[in-house]
Amino acid sequence: MSWAFLRDLLSGINKYSTGIGRIWVAVVFMFRLLVYVAAAENIWKREHDEFECNIKQPGCENVCFDHFFPVSHIRLWALQLIMVSTPSLLVVFHVAYRENREKHHNQKFYGNPGKIDGGLLCTYLISLILKTGFEIVFLVLFYKLYNGFKIPRLVKCDIKPCPNTVDCYISKPTEKMIFLYFLVATSCLCIILNISELSYLIFKYSIKCYLKRHVKKQQ
Amino acid sequence: MDWGALHTILGGVNKHSTSIGKIWLTVLFIFRIMILVVAAERVWGDEQDDFVCNTLQPGCRNVCYDHFFPISHIRLWALQLIFVSTPALLVAMHVAYRRHEKKRQFRKGDQKCEYKDIEEIRRQRFHIEGSLWWTYTGSIFFRLIFEAVFMYAFYFMYDGFRMPRLMKCNAWPCPNTVDCFVSRPTEKTVFTIFMIAVSSICILLNVAELCYLLTKFFLRRSKKAGNSKQQSNHENKEETKQNEMNELISDSCQNTVIGFTS
Repeated sequence: MSWAFLRDLLSGINKYSTGIGRIWVAVVFMFRLLVYVAAAENIWKREHDEFECNIKQPGCENVCFDHFFPVSHIRLWALQLIMVSTPSLLVVFHVAYRENREKHHNQKFYGNPGKIDGGLLCTYLISLILKTGFEIVFLVLFYKLYNGFKIPRLVKCDIKPCPNTVDCYISKPTEKMIFLYFLVATSCLCIILNISELSYLIFKYSIKCYLKRHVKKQQ
Repeated sequence: MDWGALHTILGGVNKHSTSIGKIWLTVLFIFRIMILVVAAERVWGDEQDDFVCNTLQPGCRNVCYDHFFPISHIRLWALQLIFVSTPALLVAMHVAYRRHEKKRQFRKGDQKCEYKDIEEIRRQRFHIEGSLWWTYTGSIFFRLIFEAVFMYAFYFMYDGFRMPRLMKCNAWPCPNTVDCFVSRPTEKTVFTIFMIAVSSICILLNVAELCYLLTKFFLRRSKKAGNSKQQSNHENKEETKQNEMNELISDSCQNTVIGFTS
């Protein structure tokens, strides 16, 4: 059980997406998942070992690290990736339900079970709203937990058992900050893609509805 | 989940690439990604642990390391490889879109569709012409830009491609100018030069592919123009011949009619 599961999930979602949805899948896969696994994970690998405080008091380093990093950036990043990819499962489940229904009744209810219309459209729109919501929630969480997206070189800590205000040094702060900004940028890109897809679908289906009604009236 | 997934995606694009494109893909996977994963990552693995400064001042080592290595070589290469592979996705998406259109035509039972079954559409290899030519050429252009940008960023950040053995650091909290020693500098220099060399080879391959595609495009255009001229010339000759024959026939008809009546 590893990221390969998410990769397979994303390839499965691709089948039932619109064009913008496919671009979203490509962005999540290439610029978020691959960057996370190939580059970012290693930067934060030994963050606790390399966190150094200017004191010999045992326990001070542990306590200070825990105070400044309640949840590590890299874990939040991983959670964000998982939560953001999961709403698309709703669409996959709905399509599977449709196909099951056809099989069960041995009848063709839908011209194409994977076509985004009717109930599947609602499910798709809900998944888009949830995805956007999760992205925004995690960005706000990052901002609130770490007072912005900057990572300082030095933090001052005076929690017990540290005897006084002690200087603690974070390892690789510049590199971590670069990747954090990269995460924020790709997150914002994904939010923009989700909102465009939402607007596109709503616009397309309102026009369709309006035309149908217009034709009916004329008839 | 690792570079293998990227290999699966790009492998699909391989079918529709030119020969130079296939060579580029092979160079990318064997000489860059594989070397990165199998060798370079080990060399840079202990970079911060074995970065030693001649001081006992806590924090000085961290700060000096961060000052000299804002972003590690290995991460920069990983980002470079990801960015350079991304334009190929554009081609993959375009091919997938074309396949989707052909499948739709086939399902509608279009007479123009020349495929016997869906499997044939799936297996078919598209030639690089029309709009696919523009997508493909655009992707090569972006690849070139990304390669150049990353190489420049490398050169700019590390003042060249050599890894020095000793760095002098006086960032706070170091008490004075402190000597800091980089781990495995020669091995790192060798790998850096290797990766830069392979990057340059990839740039050359991309430039060659771009030239090849442009040459093919202009040749095809001139051939088409030549063909259409020949065709119109041919048609004109046919027309004049037919006109002459018509005149002859009408003349002979008139003569016979005149002959009859007289």
